[in-house]
Amino acid sequence: MAHIPDGVLSLPVLIGGGALAAAGIGLGLRAIDERDVPKTAILAALFFVGSLFSVPIGPSSIHLLLGGTMGLVLGVATFPAVFVGLLLQATMFGFGGISTLGVDTVNMALPGVVLGVLARPLLGRVSTAGRVAIGAGVGALAVAGTAGGMALALALSSPDYVPSLGVVVATQVPLAAIEAVVTGVLVAHLARVKPEVLGLTAFEPAPLPVVVPAAESIEVAS
Amino acid sequence: MSEAFLCAEAAVEGSRLDRFEPRTRVAAAVAVVVVVLAARSLPLLAGLVPVALIAARLAGVGVADLARRLAHVEGFLVVLALLLPLTVPGPAVVTFGPIALSQSGLERAAAIVLRVNLSAIALFTLIGGLEPIRLGHALARLGMPEKLVHLLLFAARWVGLVAAEARRLDDALRVRGFRARPSAHGLRTLAHFIGQLLVRAFERAERVEEAMRCRAFAGRFALVDEGRFTRLDAAFAVGLGLVLLAVLVVDRSS
Repeated sequence: MAHIPDGVLSLPVLIGGGALAAAGIGLGLRAIDERDVPKTAILAALFFVGSLFSVPIGPSSIHLLLGGTMGLVLGVATFPAVFVGLLLQATMFGFGGISTLGVDTVNMALPGVVLGVLARPLLGRVSTAGRVAIGAGVGALAVAGTAGGMALALALSSPDYVPSLGVVVATQVPLAAIEAVVTGVLVAHLARVKPEVLGLTAFEPAPLPVVVPAAESIEVAS
Repeated sequence: MSEAFLCAEAAVEGSRLDRFEPRTRVAAAVAVVVVVLAARSLPLLAGLVPVALIAARLAGVGVADLARRLAHVEGFLVVLALLLPLTVPGPAVVTFGPIALSQSGLERAAAIVLRVNLSAIALFTLIGGLEPIRLGHALARLGMPEKLVHLLLFAARWVGLVAAEARRLDDALRVRGFRARPSAHGLRTLAHFIGQLLVRAFERAERVEEAMRCRAFAGRFALVDEGRFTRLDAAFAVGLGLVLLAVLVVDRSS
């Protein structure tokens, strides 16, 4: 899980994270107009539900983050969507933290937004295999970015945490691998089924040739 | 328990705090967390743990729910706090052969464990179980940007619908004998599962958006509840304020 609870980070890190998150949310809100609100919200709900999916690994299970997918689909609007998701988790499950809301938002959203904005234009130019590869890269790097953000927030808070960071980051490696596979297949799936979601133009089949049967060949069923 | 992808996370039951105005609960949670983060005295923090547990119990929080929530936090702390006594330099208090636990490291670790757990208890008790719609209204009245509030209200409404859709897909998988495994097949299926969920959610959002525009949605929700502070809120706020003030005074004087 990418939640840092209250009580771990130092005050400057909390304030810095809060300011960054506020800036990101502001940008995201400006990018969506009133009509896009339902769409963004339903995707926020989807990603919230998506974080409940788990892949069993040995005795434990891994929950997906879907940060890369969010960035690809929502762009800058990922910031408000993640923030809303975190608020919902706080109320529905009592998860997360209050003071760390900003830091958690940035850790989850920023890597996805950066990767999504960079990778989205490439999707239109490649074949399905290329889309799987781009999706896999975005998925894995987004998890790496989230883990890196957590490590950075901890390291900036106190040098005492530095020796533990390797372990914190290492626990995210299996998740990165799983997200890579899932995001890769997912992006190819979306490009095929609903390309608008990824900003690609919808596939329009060539109009079928209209064949008018000769008049004598029409038989009227009695 | 589902055998496929979806794992049920029981939402918190509505608590006895529902009688308070949601803004009071939000403000109370923020105040408690701020005081817990500001407190430095270890004995005081330790003394607050039973107080917090009793308060949570009085608020109607189930023991099992709270235990599950805290177990989740402890998972994060295991890595972070266990290594501190080994790595923070300082006079060793306990030595097992080559392993020496430093006093300052132990103190740091204890402070973090106590603060994290106290904050988690406070958040779980005060905010957990608050209906998302009421939280949205409270945050709107506290000055959160309107668009963000709409986003929260819409998302809160749709979590249930998306989850129901996910359950249908999950049932469809299980009926076909699918078991979630970390195999290539399992991951590919998960990707298609989420992709399909996303496509359906997106199409639903389009329909809803059209339907709302047909009904002349002007991008503005009325906040339907009254949201009045009562004497109960005042009593709670004053009581909690006095307790927190006392905590701060004791902390700074010790």
